[in-house]
Amino acid sequence: MTKKNSLFYEFLKGVLKENPLLILMLGTCPALAVTTSAENGLGMGVAATAVLIMSNVVISLLRKVIPDKVRIPAYITIIASLVTILQFLMQAYVPALNASLGIFIPLITVNCIILGRAEAYANSHGIVHSAIDGLGMGVGFTLALFFIGSIREILGFGTFFGTKMPWITEGGLQPMMIFGLPAGGFAVFGIMVAITQKLNKRFYARQPQAVIGCAECPGCISANTAPVDHASDDLEGQTDEPRVVVPKALREPGILAEPKDVKQSEREETK
Amino acid sequence: MKEMLIILLSVVLIDNLVLSRFLGVCSFLGLTKDLKNAMGMSVAVIFVMIVATGITYPIYWSILEPINLGYLQTVVFILVIAAVVQVLEAIIRKAFPPLYKAMGIYLPLITTNCAILGVMLINIQEIYNFGSAMMSSFGAGVGYMLAMFLFTGVREKMEKADIPEFMQGLPITLMAASVVSVSFMGFKGVIENLFG
Repeated sequence: MTKKNSLFYEFLKGVLKENPLLILMLGTCPALAVTTSAENGLGMGVAATAVLIMSNVVISLLRKVIPDKVRIPAYITIIASLVTILQFLMQAYVPALNASLGIFIPLITVNCIILGRAEAYANSHGIVHSAIDGLGMGVGFTLALFFIGSIREILGFGTFFGTKMPWITEGGLQPMMIFGLPAGGFAVFGIMVAITQKLNKRFYARQPQAVIGCAECPGCISANTAPVDHASDDLEGQTDEPRVVVPKALREPGILAEPKDVKQSEREETK
Repeated sequence: MKEMLIILLSVVLIDNLVLSRFLGVCSFLGLTKDLKNAMGMSVAVIFVMIVATGITYPIYWSILEPINLGYLQTVVFILVIAAVVQVLEAIIRKAFPPLYKAMGIYLPLITTNCAILGVMLINIQEIYNFGSAMMSSFGAGVGYMLAMFLFTGVREKMEKADIPEFMQGLPITLMAASVVSVSFMGFKGVIENLFG
């Protein structure tokens, strides 16, 4: 079912193994700025997903037409046009959400996820695979934004989708405003990344294949005449180790069990 | 003059580009490992920011707005930024080799840096004359530089700290950014107190 190259694998890859926000670290700006509420997080995620799927499809269709040398400007123009269309749709149908996301809707244009997927995937794969890849990445991004938004809204404002939490009362518990402020955004995002790293190590005994910052985003690199030396400093400090091959457990759902000695030693550590 | 000072102070300290508007966070996290990189990127950002504002602001108000094409701003701006970056790179490489050496490699990265497009859009939305727009761009760039500079110092200290394994790398960096962001909250109210 999850064989490599199958459509389901492409989908799941974006959600779990290569989650764009929590593992690849792409699109951090909107992730921090708009996640003051679950609704905003969800809205931003859905908007970015829509643009991502459309741009992957269009770029995949045009991949043989666009000359290699001008592909980055061409991609940016395509993405910017799609974002403009999306902006119109949002102004018409969800004006409140559009107002609260504000400037971050046009900024989807420079979101590294979209240009990154165009460059890394859509320009070398067919339409269907590209669309599914976009969907998977988009869903992964949306889920991450939704979780961050929920945590910040519940802790920072004591509400969830506008519904008041039962424990927030007059004279009783008060919401912690710091979570609604920029500082809380950084903190919650940091904790989410820490949890993801921990889970990855524990359950899959592997590390993210490569951590890409915006500086390394393929779009920027290929627009680059001279390769940037320092941009390859990874954020994890783990590149020196050999790249861990994805274990069988990930490729075939039947055998999720790791070799026993690994698990035992890990349990002992946690004790 | 007073108005300019207010704009400058508020974009540098209160509405800091990185720490309270969340623009350019990627490069903020990615390039603050050593001071040389951080400063090179910051100088490049200030430079492109000012030049791009000088072009996009008149384009919007004298071409796009009068013929009701304001909605094309995203497409036009991103193309202008990409073109400015390319042209600047060529000019600087020919005319000012030392400057190119210092910030040349960061220039191409700027096209997709959301700080630039973000500031262009904010200027169109919130600022009402050309001088203020230029000042706001300059201030935003300086604010970016300030944040990069401070955060590089914090990260250099962190290199020596003993950090729990699961917090190593990005998580601890984000937590540190959170603390730096709290410190910038202390500037709230500065303008009211200074200028009444």
